[in-house]
Amino acid sequence: MADILIRSVVKSYGRTKVVHGIDLDILHGDFVVILGPSGCGKSTLLRMIAGLEEIDAGEIAIAGRVVNELEPRERGCAMVFQNYALYPHMSVAENIGYSLKIMGIRKVERLERVTAVARIVGLEEFLDRRPAQLSGGQRQRVAMARAMIKEPQVFLFDEPLSNLDAKLRVQMRIEIRRLHRRLGGTSVFVTHDQVEAMTLADKLVVMNAGRIEQVGTPKEVYHRPASLFVAGFIGSPPMNIMKVGSATPGLARLASGATLQMPWLDTVPESSLRLGIRPEDIELVAPGTPGAMEMPVEFVEELGAGHLVHGEFEGAEFVVALPGAIEVVAGGRLHMCFPTEALHMFDAVSGLRLDGGEKASGLSSGAVREFA
Amino acid sequence: MSGKRVTFKNLWLAILLILPQLFLVFTFFYWPAGEALYWAFTLEPPFGGEQQWVGWQNFETVFADPLYWNSVKRSLLFAFSSTALAMGIGLLLASFVDRQLAGYKVYRFIYFWPYAVAAPAVGLAFRFIFAPDAGFVSAINVWFPGLWNPALDGFDAMVLIVLANAWSMVAYNFIFFLAGLQSIPRSLVEAGAMDGAGAVRRMRDLQLPLIAPTFFFLIVINITDSFVNSFGIVDITTGGGPARATDLMVFKIYSDGFKGKDYSLAAAQSLVLMLMVCALTFIQFRFVERRVHYS
Repeated sequence: MADILIRSVVKSYGRTKVVHGIDLDILHGDFVVILGPSGCGKSTLLRMIAGLEEIDAGEIAIAGRVVNELEPRERGCAMVFQNYALYPHMSVAENIGYSLKIMGIRKVERLERVTAVARIVGLEEFLDRRPAQLSGGQRQRVAMARAMIKEPQVFLFDEPLSNLDAKLRVQMRIEIRRLHRRLGGTSVFVTHDQVEAMTLADKLVVMNAGRIEQVGTPKEVYHRPASLFVAGFIGSPPMNIMKVGSATPGLARLASGATLQMPWLDTVPESSLRLGIRPEDIELVAPGTPGAMEMPVEFVEELGAGHLVHGEFEGAEFVVALPGAIEVVAGGRLHMCFPTEALHMFDAVSGLRLDGGEKASGLSSGAVREFA
Repeated sequence: MSGKRVTFKNLWLAILLILPQLFLVFTFFYWPAGEALYWAFTLEPPFGGEQQWVGWQNFETVFADPLYWNSVKRSLLFAFSSTALAMGIGLLLASFVDRQLAGYKVYRFIYFWPYAVAAPAVGLAFRFIFAPDAGFVSAINVWFPGLWNPALDGFDAMVLIVLANAWSMVAYNFIFFLAGLQSIPRSLVEAGAMDGAGAVRRMRDLQLPLIAPTFFFLIVINITDSFVNSFGIVDITTGGGPARATDLMVFKIYSDGFKGKDYSLAAAQSLVLMLMVCALTFIQFRFVERRVHYS
């Protein structure tokens, strides 16, 4: 069983610490996506699993074996690189079969296995070509085939789709997911693209500045972001964040004086708070509805299926996502309310999420309608 | 094509600017070469006087001389062994620096220094270091008396000049190999590591084929260099001896011309050497380069 256990792993380049003691359990068969902005240490973490980067402190174990001192080839991982890293002087068949050649496998068997793998990724007709004669998508497939042929326990993907155009990316995403199910190994996929991350992951790991911010299913991460960073990073457009003027159990008052009922908020810390709501969770109400809040519309972004209304609310930029049927014009006014269940409360200092633990998800949706 | 080329509207200014360089090239290259060509077909009296046209006679004398063929053999041996040694060591050091082994930043600089040392100075240093009775290497003679003596043993003398020449060329090769290795995307070598290839295997299967153009260029440069620039080292360390064991072609030209005062014979030999270097370079470009990938 190819579990990957990561224990307080640290990495620094010179005096700059890029990974600050990471703990993570990746279980056999999982498709884990590590998501974060560039420079957050996600690729470094992946490369430490692969053995391409030394581990300064802590421990990584693959399949029950500590691999800190092992060479990449002894770890049983295969990797797909961002720029594919194909060998330009070898044909597609030689590229795919190189690892078998090193293992000393005979030419006949090698060719058989290369052809079999090439068939899976649809490259049979291109085996004699050089990488330079292939399109981006085909090169990507060669890189995948090269990783697959060793039948590794662990697949590592280092932003493998970021060099492809949007259409191909969607297609390859589906193929990667399909391959994962078919091969049944453990996959670790690094990306900065949240759509990729949400669609691929069984388990999503959000990293920032060398630390893990949250680990969970894509749904959990989206619906219950564990920190202000995750709230702002996941979702497009990002979550609206408002300053909270004061709060008592069950009630939050915004800086402008508007009050919001939050029945699940039972303890209120001393420090300042932030309230978040996703643009798509905001509901429109008729003008004059009690509790309705007003926002002047600055401009509208058309998306086809809907539109994004930009304005200023509570002294900060604010975005509301609306379905296409609703007409909004710049210069007009938006009357809106925030469903209680869609509100996220954060401690502004620590950045951590505040809520009544399990109570939040247990709340009935009736409370929301009542408020609206 | 001419987009990036600097063009002068003023033709006279352009001529004026290239004139000094043309003058130097003409005075120190074309003129002496022309003189040598002329001398090669005449008999030049050592102490002045009328030259006499003799046609191919000088060349006939040269080719009939077993001592000349000895020097050709010695030159080839010298050129190929010092090229192999200098390129091998240069590649090894460059791969160490490329893999960023401890201290690579310092080595990156100091490895290049030997190339800045003039050949006679290299010769002098090696002469002292490898002196059989007083040099560092004389320790060998303490353990195995009489094993090392370049003044008596022709093989030792050849080893000495090959080492000296290789030492000064290693630096040059190192820089080019390092530049070549560093132009290979890092992820490519890493992909090799993930595929299970060790450092030596990666060098052989991935890095060497990818720097083949550099490799080929260095072969040409090294061989040419060891044919024409070896004079300083030979002159200082062995003086062509013992018993003409290190009597390389350039050195024989010098000693026949300036010690034997036979300018005509020396001129004929220079022409042969020049044609030989041209031929070697041509062969390399024609037959070796074809098998080099430029991708």
